[in-house]
Amino acid sequence: MFLLIEQLLNGLQFGLLLFLLAAGLTLVFGIMDFVNLAHGSLYMMGAYFAATFVGWTGSFVLGAILALAATLLLGIALEFVALRHLYGRDHLDQVLATFGLILFFNDMVRLIWGPAGLALPLPAWLTTPVQLLPGVYYPAYRLSIIVVALLVAALLYLVVMRTRIGMLIRAGASNREMIGALGINIKLLFTLVFGLGAALAGLAGLMQAPILTVQIGMGENILILAFVIIVIGGIGSIRGAFLAAIFVGLIDTLGRAFLPDLLRKVLSGAAASTAAPALSSMLIYLLMAIVLVVRPEGLFPAAKR
Amino acid sequence: MKSKLNASNAVVTVVCAALLLLPVYSAVTGNIFILTLLTRIIIFALAASSLNLIMGYGGMMSFGHAAYLGIGGYAVGILAAEGIGSGFIQWPVALAVSALFALVIGSLSLRTRGVYFIMITLAFAQMTYYVASALSRYGGDDGLTIYKRSTFDGLINLSDRTQFYYLCLGCLFGGLYLIWRIVNSRFGLVVQGVRSNEQRMQAIGFPAYRYRLTCFVIAGTICGLAGALLANNTDFVSPAVMYWTRSGDLMVMVILGGMGSLFGPLIGAIVYLVLEELLSQFTEYWALIMGPLLLLIVLFARGGIMGLLGRVRRG
Amino acid sequence: MADPLLRVDNLVRRFGGILATDNLSLEVPRGELHAIIGPNGAGKTTLISQLTGQLAPNSGTIHFAGRDITRLPPYRRSALGLARSFQITSLLKDFTAIDNVALAVQAHDGHSFRFWGDARKERHLRDAARAALQRVGLAARADVLVSELSHGEQRELELAVALATRPQLLLLDEPMAGLGVTESARMVTLLKELRKEFTIVLVEHDMEAVFALADRITVLVYGRVIACDVPDAIRRHEEVKRAYLGEQHAVTRHG
Ligand SMILES: Nc1ncnc2c1ncn2[C@@H]1O[C@H](COP(=O)(O)OP(=O)(O)OP(=O)(O)O)[C@@H](O)[C@H]1O
Ligand SMILES: [Mg+2]
Repeated sequence: MFLLIEQLLNGLQFGLLLFLLAAGLTLVFGIMDFVNLAHGSLYMMGAYFAATFVGWTGSFVLGAILALAATLLLGIALEFVALRHLYGRDHLDQVLATFGLILFFNDMVRLIWGPAGLALPLPAWLTTPVQLLPGVYYPAYRLSIIVVALLVAALLYLVVMRTRIGMLIRAGASNREMIGALGINIKLLFTLVFGLGAALAGLAGLMQAPILTVQIGMGENILILAFVIIVIGGIGSIRGAFLAAIFVGLIDTLGRAFLPDLLRKVLSGAAASTAAPALSSMLIYLLMAIVLVVRPEGLFPAAKR
Repeated sequence: MKSKLNASNAVVTVVCAALLLLPVYSAVTGNIFILTLLTRIIIFALAASSLNLIMGYGGMMSFGHAAYLGIGGYAVGILAAEGIGSGFIQWPVALAVSALFALVIGSLSLRTRGVYFIMITLAFAQMTYYVASALSRYGGDDGLTIYKRSTFDGLINLSDRTQFYYLCLGCLFGGLYLIWRIVNSRFGLVVQGVRSNEQRMQAIGFPAYRYRLTCFVIAGTICGLAGALLANNTDFVSPAVMYWTRSGDLMVMVILGGMGSLFGPLIGAIVYLVLEELLSQFTEYWALIMGPLLLLIVLFARGGIMGLLGRVRRG
Repeated sequence: MADPLLRVDNLVRRFGGILATDNLSLEVPRGELHAIIGPNGAGKTTLISQLTGQLAPNSGTIHFAGRDITRLPPYRRSALGLARSFQITSLLKDFTAIDNVALAVQAHDGHSFRFWGDARKERHLRDAARAALQRVGLAARADVLVSELSHGEQRELELAVALATRPQLLLLDEPMAGLGVTESARMVTLLKELRKEFTIVLVEHDMEAVFALADRITVLVYGRVIACDVPDAIRRHEEVKRAYLGEQHAVTRHG
């Protein structure tokens, strides 16, 4: 029972993290019609920046804030130098160009930080378990990820639903010509949105850093998960990304935790122990395949183009 | 189509002649390295050519094509590990399994369009990647060593460097010839028509889905063959051959050479892999150059190398 | 009287809140040239698209040659003998004119799961394609890429492609859209010829052409049929005058 609660929280935490990543991706896609594979690199950079800045400053919070700012700047610079020339291009062109950027970032990280991974140690106040219910403890750090991510999600919701920028973003996602017609400075809007997406990716990366090792290529697997999420949620839809992210986080985590036991009840021990890991890593891809077959536009497509 | 004496034809002729004569050069100079390198390049060229069939001619932007490299490779590796060493069994199985996977993946993915298609093919490839990683009986993450290359009853000896090279080259040329025939056939015209305007093709009476799916399966099968060759070449197969960056590499080769041009992927594979080899010789950080180069190619050289060569003639 | 070639019953199609096809019924007997007119946004293209299967209706049925085709995909309808031209030219832009037409011939010449022979060297496909091009006056432009054809030529090619499928019913969506005066006149002459051979549903804004060609005219407004009669009766029809001709009788050509 406690195990179930813990795994549910883990799934929620992972899902929220995925949401941070997917939100940027889906915003950029929805508004600029731009597929950005290098989004995962920004996630990785967030983690590396955090490890570095926390080391320099000696303060976790300060380092994290600096890392966030650095990723934001990097994202804006990247958009300014390279990516804005790719808007309006074929998706294939975008995929290839940003694939090139992944290669670039991976090697640059290797050059600067070396091939070995980094660890980002947590301050003591974040390592103590928190008692949630009588007898149910949960790591303070994971709990704080949940809180921070929920706050960011709420903030994002407010920005997108309640502000002028958000209105433009929503208008852009459903009708790109319209924002042009409104005489908005589209270039600036695009740069802003891209920077926002980059910062969200960086945030996800730096929050994940203490849990996993910070290493080259860490952005790639999770990027694909983020893509799965925006495809399931419907490209361009923040709400869809949020729900799909939580869903994917839960399924992935619970699948890994409980599928082996479940399978063991049905199959022989040996068969179960080979099938379980494969099946649990496949689970979300299966889910995505099913969603796409049933609803090729995703579950919550943004308003019609 | 008239064959004209233009820059791209000239380059292709020279390249093909050089590929045919390479073992002679290697024997005379004793340069074995170049033969091994080119064997690898030829195998990837075959894989890239199969991707070109769906991507360049069919307009299906698959981002999961490396999956079939792995599937073909694992078919050979697993059979070898189970004691079935005959290529007459291994290879047909490799092709059949690749075709079957392509059929399943294609029949689901082809319901979607555009980015969704790119993503879903990517996701399926990742899925096969994870399945392979979970095959603990066959090495799991670490991959599977193949202790003995496929045997063909003395017909051909794959352990002989030169024979294996010519087998690969034969497969490549055979594959290219097949693709060329397909592209100009009724079937090929339909597939290209659907790429150009699916609505129009439906309206004049073509069930587009079936043709696309068939094309997808053919491409997967050819790539499975490349996978079988690759596994024999490296005496090893691991999930890494299916990793999504491998699919990205294949796409890059196709684009670099020129999408929808028969020999484009061959040229692309040569340039990409030779460049990788050269860059990695003078710097460990070759991707620092390769990455931005890709960006520049996309921005400024859309038709790929064949496109540029074609322009040379027109002036 | 024999069954009509095309029978539409109570067709309904919504786009969000818009009723683009509002409980529409229509009969087209064999051999008729049936014109459909109506102001912009009346739902003419929407109707054609439902007839050919690019759009699914929300309700209602479509019968063709006595057969219920409401749920058939476009390619099956094409096989049965329905062909359309698109209001907004929809061709294979990177193919030559003759390739476009030859593919239409090929689509109705058995299956195309033939992987080996060179389709461009199949005599009967090419000959039939050339004949269709000849018909619309494009024979001389056979080997030109579609993207290099003029707009008028592309409109003619649209028609050649439809003809090449050897249809029983031609659905023409504004074949004269964007044509100049001489080109329009050529198209009218061509349509006069074609109507001898084919049953035709013609959507057109060019009133002169419509009244010159049509056996019967259906008037659509907001997705509804407000009148369906012979040209003379339509000319005199009060509601039509008010709703359509009245407002824009000066407008004879646009789109
Ligand atoms: N795909 C669509 N999505 C939403 N609304 C649509 C769509 N297609 C058509 N409509 C709407 O349906 C109505 C009918 O459109 P339709 O194109 O059929 O008109 P039409 O009679 O062909 O006009 P025109 O003379 O301009 O060609 C219009 O209000 C149009 O805005
Ligand atoms: Mg219309």
